[in-house]
Amino acid sequence: MSKQINVALIGNPNTGKTSVFNALTGLNQKVGNYPGITVEKKQGICKLPRGVKAHIIDLPGTYSLNASSLDENVVIELLLNKNDKDFPDIAVVVTDVENLKRNLLLFTQIKDLEIPTLLVINMADRMSYKGISLDIDYLEEKLNTKIALVSTRKNKGIEKLKLLISNYKEVSITPCIDTTQIDPDYFGNLKKAFPNQLLYKLWLVITQDVNFGKTDRNVIDAVADFKTKSKGDLKRLQQKETIKRYQFINNALDKGQSIDLSQAKDLRIKLDRILTHKVWGYVVFGIILLTIFQAIYDWSSVPMDFIDSLFASLSEWTKNQLPQGAFTSLLAEGIIPGLGGIVIFIPQIAFLFLFIAVLEESGYMSRVVFLMDRIMRRFGLSGKSIVPLISGTACAIPAIMATRNIESWKERLITILVTPFTTCSARLPVYLIIIALVIPEGRIFGLSYQALTLMLLYLIGFGTAIVSAYILNKILKIKSKTFFVIEMPNYKLPLFKNVLLTVIEKTKAFIFGAGKIILAISIVLWFLASYGPGKEFNDAENIVKTQFASENLSIEELQQKIASHKLEHSFIGIAGHAIEPAIRPLGYDWKIGIAIVSSFAAREVFVGTLATIYSVGNDDEATIKNRMAAEVNPILGGPLFTFASGISLLLFYAFAMQCMSTLAIVKKETNSWKWPILQLVIMTAFAYIVALIAFQFLK
Amino acid sequence: MQDTLAQLKRGERAIITDVSSIYIPLKLLEMGCLPGNSVELVQVAPFQDPMYLNINGSHLAIRKETASLILIEKKAHE
Repeated sequence: MSKQINVALIGNPNTGKTSVFNALTGLNQKVGNYPGITVEKKQGICKLPRGVKAHIIDLPGTYSLNASSLDENVVIELLLNKNDKDFPDIAVVVTDVENLKRNLLLFTQIKDLEIPTLLVINMADRMSYKGISLDIDYLEEKLNTKIALVSTRKNKGIEKLKLLISNYKEVSITPCIDTTQIDPDYFGNLKKAFPNQLLYKLWLVITQDVNFGKTDRNVIDAVADFKTKSKGDLKRLQQKETIKRYQFINNALDKGQSIDLSQAKDLRIKLDRILTHKVWGYVVFGIILLTIFQAIYDWSSVPMDFIDSLFASLSEWTKNQLPQGAFTSLLAEGIIPGLGGIVIFIPQIAFLFLFIAVLEESGYMSRVVFLMDRIMRRFGLSGKSIVPLISGTACAIPAIMATRNIESWKERLITILVTPFTTCSARLPVYLIIIALVIPEGRIFGLSYQALTLMLLYLIGFGTAIVSAYILNKILKIKSKTFFVIEMPNYKLPLFKNVLLTVIEKTKAFIFGAGKIILAISIVLWFLASYGPGKEFNDAENIVKTQFASENLSIEELQQKIASHKLEHSFIGIAGHAIEPAIRPLGYDWKIGIAIVSSFAAREVFVGTLATIYSVGNDDEATIKNRMAAEVNPILGGPLFTFASGISLLLFYAFAMQCMSTLAIVKKETNSWKWPILQLVIMTAFAYIVALIAFQFLK
Repeated sequence: MQDTLAQLKRGERAIITDVSSIYIPLKLLEMGCLPGNSVELVQVAPFQDPMYLNINGSHLAIRKETASLILIEKKAHE
């Protein structure tokens, strides 16, 4: 019988921990969330020699066990809780050969928890390039562990690592430093009070502000006495501890590692001279951003057109092939157009995630953070806010999660509050379809008006985010220490496999997450549009026939009149008419009203909703765009989507808070309903006012 | 008065002498910013802030505000 062991992969950010995880598990991995929090939980299965199976958890990257964020808390909570079903039989600490000294700090901490700990020295292929040589035997002896020298890029050392993991029982659990030595008095007393407990573990419980609900409650209550030491004192002890750890590490590395600087070639210096330059740094960043947006617009248009027409013909085919009835109509007029509205995003979302993954993996993103920090600080943000603001162009949900490494709570909160203003990919289809309808096709200086409008919308989103941050910074009275530390990792050519896995996984999560909502809403919408109360709906055929009896209409025209009469008196039509007075000043009719209301679940529903509404009772195969262009304004006559109503709609979508998932994530990350509710009310009110002004001014 | 890290000029090196201010984040110390270690100012953003440092082989950026809490001794000449 094969048995399964738990392996925890732990390491600093930028050590290639995820590459090691990918190399061990291949496609055999699963991404989920830790219960109750939004921290990503990655796990996978790896087959080891001698029939042992390893269940591998890729823990969030952390610099130390002294946690300063939710992600890092996950690591320490797992390592302190022996009863957790994922508690590791063995910990594998991944380090980067170029930053071995700093990376070993975490290693010593984990070892002091008396968990069997292996050391992976990754990126071994860069050793000769950097003039580094290692005495592995010596290091194994000094650090009291087994070492696997790995290069995920060259696919070397993984087999050795698997072998070492399978021998987990032979790995030493001797601690690196004697905790008592940090401060003999203090730790002597602590030891007397809890003779049966591990000192370092107690020390972590005392100093960390994490949720220890799962660990031994008695210990925590009793330990409260030891917390009475002033914060400054505790911090001084932590400083002493850190110095002790580095002494231990230096002692091992002095003989175990030698670096011949004359051999080291450093591309970093040359690249940084340009990429972090006071002028060129910003120029390069601007060019990169422009290229990304141009690429997203150009490269995805072909697959998007293809998907659009594919779904139109699929809907048509379903209608012709299946027997007529409620089910066929639900499928052809509800589900298929609704799904089409989401599938069409795949190319753009995939491209966005691709670019963001490349920027992150290459190490360039840290340079942007460095360049932008001073500027962003003026607006109450941090340089690190640039990452959420850029990834917000893909989706606000991962973007808001990416604010976690912002150290100052105030800067972080402001970033969370303004990120939903950035143009997320869910707004794209709405923008694209309206731009196609109301912006003429010409070109100026080789750039199309339509692309320029889109670019402008991105700028408006970003600008609004920045300005609101400035205002929030003035209004919010939150005192929080502002500090800022960011690692500037070495430049790396992104690993194709890593980038690809990230893109697939994020796109999948987005599509399935949004897909579920859209599917549900399109079914509900179809139902509401296909049924109605009272005589007007059920007797539509007779009413219309009598009404137009004098006019000589063809059967086809008559059918259309009946369909639209039915729609108008269906449940959804009644609801739409009810809200029409509120939105008429913005230039919208009741159909757009329904689309907007259903968009409050998620923006991307807009196109799907219009698609569903317009397909109900419509027989001819046509793309959504053609149907929308044919819509007539019931009051003013002429096309419904004019320049004025189009711009008004674009601005409404640019500012309104229409995403339940974002609100949910804001609630989770800020731990309060106050912020998401404020976001919803203020953003939407602002959107309404701006759209109103735009329409009244332009019409 | 002793020099602080904030006074370092681009390309200059120094030795860290004191990090005892409690306003220095622990994370910074854990990344190698400890007494005795050498530090080089690699690059500065406009207005000298933030500062891109090489501390004993660790590359990181911090704000000037934090840098002004870290005491150093400048190396005369290399």
